[in-house]
Amino acid sequence: MRVVWDGEEVEAREGQTVAGVLMGLGVRSWRTTRGTGRPRGLFCGIGACFDCLVKVNGVPDVRACQRFVADGDDIRPQSGAELPS
Amino acid sequence: MSPIESADVVVVGAGIVGAACAEALSAAGRRVLVVDRGAPAGATTASGEGNVLLSDKAPGPELRLALASRRLWPQLLETLRAELGEDLADVEWESKGGLVVALHEDSIGPLRILTEAQREAGVDVQDLGQGAACAMEPHLTRAVTAAAHYPEDAQVQPVLAATALLAAVRARGGEVRGGTEARGLVVQGGRVAGVRIGGDAVPCGAVVNACGPWAGHFSVAAGAPIEILPRRGMVLVTAPLPRVVGRKVYAADYVAAVASGDVDLRVSPVVESTATGTVLIGSSRQRVGFDESLEVEVLRRLARSAVRLFPVLKDVPVMRAYGGFRPYTPDHLPVIGEDPRMPGLWHAGGHEGAGIGLAPGTARMLADLMDRRRPEVDPVPFRVARPALMAEVRT
Repeated sequence: MRVVWDGEEVEAREGQTVAGVLMGLGVRSWRTTRGTGRPRGLFCGIGACFDCLVKVNGVPDVRACQRFVADGDDIRPQSGAELPS
Repeated sequence: MSPIESADVVVVGAGIVGAACAEALSAAGRRVLVVDRGAPAGATTASGEGNVLLSDKAPGPELRLALASRRLWPQLLETLRAELGEDLADVEWESKGGLVVALHEDSIGPLRILTEAQREAGVDVQDLGQGAACAMEPHLTRAVTAAAHYPEDAQVQPVLAATALLAAVRARGGEVRGGTEARGLVVQGGRVAGVRIGGDAVPCGAVVNACGPWAGHFSVAAGAPIEILPRRGMVLVTAPLPRVVGRKVYAADYVAAVASGDVDLRVSPVVESTATGTVLIGSSRQRVGFDESLEVEVLRRLARSAVRLFPVLKDVPVMRAYGGFRPYTPDHLPVIGEDPRMPGLWHAGGHEGAGIGLAPGTARMLADLMDRRRPEVDPVPFRVARPALMAEVRT
């Protein structure tokens, strides 16, 4: 299947999490903190820490490590606190 | 840890009410020992939203206590800052104001009757129409029919507040012991002579029952039972958001939900953000004993009712949910005073969902009564010996 990462189409496999796809692309960071804009990515990997938040199909605060990709997903980096668009 | 030798007063329960009472008693020069069977500020105090509210109270004894407490909170925080320094005394106090909104034509009348009565009782409240309410809270639903703004409503981080109060108690020579259960009283000549902690008896002149929802249990162990029951509530928490909600915003039917005695589930939307940006979504009320199980239906109704107030929340993920128990009294009034059946035993509790806000006034009243001074607020409605607390007591 194909998903979109930050505006570019990329390959993804059924059963992969968003974090899995991004790590596979070599992307280590996909969010910045809301205070000082520091980079964040995968930390605990099991859904507990809420560090790997990312925007999927306009919805922010999605845990990249818990969300399985679906064909055509529009995945975008998140900067700080965002509202759904 | 060294054994606890003795104290003037032992406060049982290190939640916000116990902490505030201990602070007031230590300020009056007493050596205070605070014990809690769990961690200080770890139960009901950790499960609330930190409400310091006038808006949800109809005129009467509780509103008088709330008005006194609202005046005391800033003074208390000033004292803590002076004694502990800025860092320890930073308890995220926000005088953010409250906005009560009516969502139906037929809730406008009751809201206006309430605000008129509150104004006469000394509450600062402004009646607003839909336009003014939405100008104040831009994300608020346009379905609002009327609103009332309460500039004095405030919020505090309750765990930080209780911890700061306990730090002041320690700084004045008092002691705070978590993981320490008081099992009953030592009685001599018909009055309190001490408290039983583990296998030890700690001599003291007075014991304050500040056990929150468990105050009924301790009162039974102390041989002077009062009726205090748990009323379950649940809260949803979002991830930190950009400013969506400025004030504490809730539907006008919340006031009726607070005042009701229903055993069954009542849900009334209360939405507010914290200093870190997370949005807290309440409120539910249920009398299910101390059942801690998570009910998805309650969470679903909370979410649905919050989206009705703030449609923008529809696609906002919930980060976590938690629940707690409010200390409920059958006549909806706190209990503050000495137990006539057991001189030296004092009760301070039964505040239901208002304990954070009412803690300073409660503590001041207790300290005044203990010093045989006349409290600023009439203590009679809060006395221990009243029918609602004693009538249904299981002995």
